[in-house]
Amino acid sequence: MIAFVIRRLLQSVLVMLTVAFVAFSLFNYVGDPIQAMVGQDVSLADRAQLRKQLGLEDPVIIRFARFVGNALEGNFGVSYRMQEPVGRLIRERLPASLELSFIAAAFALLAGVPMGVYSGLYPRRWLSRLFLSVSLVGAALPTFLIGILLIVFFAVLLPLLPSFGRGDVVKIGWWSTGLLTASGLKALIMPAITLGLFQVTLIMRLVRAEILEVMRTDYIKFARARGLTNRAVHYGHALKNTLVPVITITGLQLGQIIAFSIITETVFNWPGMGLLFVQSLQFADIPVMATYLVLIAFFIVVINLVADLLYFAVDPRLRSDVATKAH
Amino acid sequence: MAAVDHIADRFRRALDSDIYYSFRQSRLTMLSALVTLLFLAAAAFAPWIAPHNPFDLASLDLSNALKPPFWMEDGTLAFPFGSDDQGRDVFSTILFGARISLMVGLFSVVFALLLGVSLGLISGYVGGVVDSIIMRIADVQLSFPAILIALMIDGVVRGIVSGQEYERIAVFVLVVAIGLSFWVQYARTVRGSVLVERNKEYVQAARVVGLSPTLIMIRHVLPNVMGPVLVIATINLAIAIILEATLSFLGIGVPPTTPSLGTLINIGNNYLFSGQWWITLFPGLALAVLVLAVNLLGDWLRDALNPKLR
Repeated sequence: MIAFVIRRLLQSVLVMLTVAFVAFSLFNYVGDPIQAMVGQDVSLADRAQLRKQLGLEDPVIIRFARFVGNALEGNFGVSYRMQEPVGRLIRERLPASLELSFIAAAFALLAGVPMGVYSGLYPRRWLSRLFLSVSLVGAALPTFLIGILLIVFFAVLLPLLPSFGRGDVVKIGWWSTGLLTASGLKALIMPAITLGLFQVTLIMRLVRAEILEVMRTDYIKFARARGLTNRAVHYGHALKNTLVPVITITGLQLGQIIAFSIITETVFNWPGMGLLFVQSLQFADIPVMATYLVLIAFFIVVINLVADLLYFAVDPRLRSDVATKAH
Repeated sequence: MAAVDHIADRFRRALDSDIYYSFRQSRLTMLSALVTLLFLAAAAFAPWIAPHNPFDLASLDLSNALKPPFWMEDGTLAFPFGSDDQGRDVFSTILFGARISLMVGLFSVVFALLLGVSLGLISGYVGGVVDSIIMRIADVQLSFPAILIALMIDGVVRGIVSGQEYERIAVFVLVVAIGLSFWVQYARTVRGSVLVERNKEYVQAARVVGLSPTLIMIRHVLPNVMGPVLVIATINLAIAIILEATLSFLGIGVPPTTPSLGTLINIGNNYLFSGQWWITLFPGLALAVLVLAVNLLGDWLRDALNPKLR
């Protein structure tokens, strides 16, 4: 168990270092950092001086170590486009993205699991078939198109919901939340549905497949033979056993959701990190791009790690020491 | 004559195969194949089918701008799906846009396939350090969503080349960016199959005969691992088309001078609130139908080639 945890941790550190190296190379080899800082009017001698001062002449290894050290302290340089520290820009926009992502994930679970259970238990009913067809279409439609369709119906044809921005936000410390105001909640509905819809179809299909499989097993037949009610069989025995993979997959998808919020944030003009990233791409604003990459990598690595450890804790079959003792 | 007989025989055998049977069994699959073929034909022959040439600036007339579809008041059959802000016929721009979307999609899938299959073959057949390096890179890349990788590659190229230069090579950059974000699946699948195949007798026999490793990989191992690769390629085509549309929608794909379906949706998006919904809705529908059809074909192919489901 401990060996497994240590190996997984080392792997995660390795991934983070790789991503950090990519980010570092972006900083150093795409465009000229001096050019970006001082503009046209500085003489060549001054440039060389500045180059030395900033330590750009040092060996690659030392510069990379310095880069990682700065990053660990939350110092990611200054945005070329906005002339502001990237750390601050990201911190201002982090709450918007994380709130949207978590609400979307919650929506995906709350809609996906019941739909999956229903269509798994009663695969021949028309509602199950409807769920399946909808999930087929939902999985095929690009995210931004879903967002636009929602805007057409609920903001243009029926002016019910706002189509851009976060509404009013409340500050709690440095965290700004839209969950405490009516307009903030209203503004969250369409973006969260857009972002979560693909995950709904995924979770639904997963739960459906798992339930179909579990219902064929002997212990379900045995539970029925014992005279248990349908309810006890379905929810006590079948559903419980399908939840392990569902939890893992949802956890892993959280990283995808955070990354995919780039599109949703652009469609709804949501003031989060994704929108910042897209705008920085158009201007080749390397510090923002590199920081976003490192941050997303960090989220994904942490989520994967937690999911792996959870899986390990929940499913006894994965514990190799138990397995060897049984022999 | 022998050649003709041979082809006719091949054709007869194809009609007799399990795959063709399962194709004929599913109406939905035949419909998707038809739709996909229609799109391919429309894209290939766009310059001859389209009622207008939307990129011939001389033929554009601003008095035709923002016309609604033909069934609405003020609409004309000259612009069946209406026209956009510059007086371009929406139907024609869809035909030309589908051409760019399909082209970028197909080329990027081919690029990813060539790269992934070669790396997978090398990784599986050579093994050792080479294998470890390729597979570690694949692991790291696989933990990131494809869209993020494509976006980063596109952004980096933007940082290196100037604006005008970028517009000229935008389509090429897009193909490479999308292709590079997909190669891992092919490499992993091929590597897995190669590890199984390399110890079988026919490979050992080829080695004993004295064939070079390259020849063994290409002539003997490759044909035996192509089934799953084809399935991935079909499913990837749908994803590549979506990815291209998404990048273009975000304004970082193909330039507006050669719009793809995604660019068209992006342009039309600015007119949603002023009531000209047709500029964005029709390209959107075209994209949705195309992706759905390709997706269904991919699903069918996966099931048809899966021996467990027969």
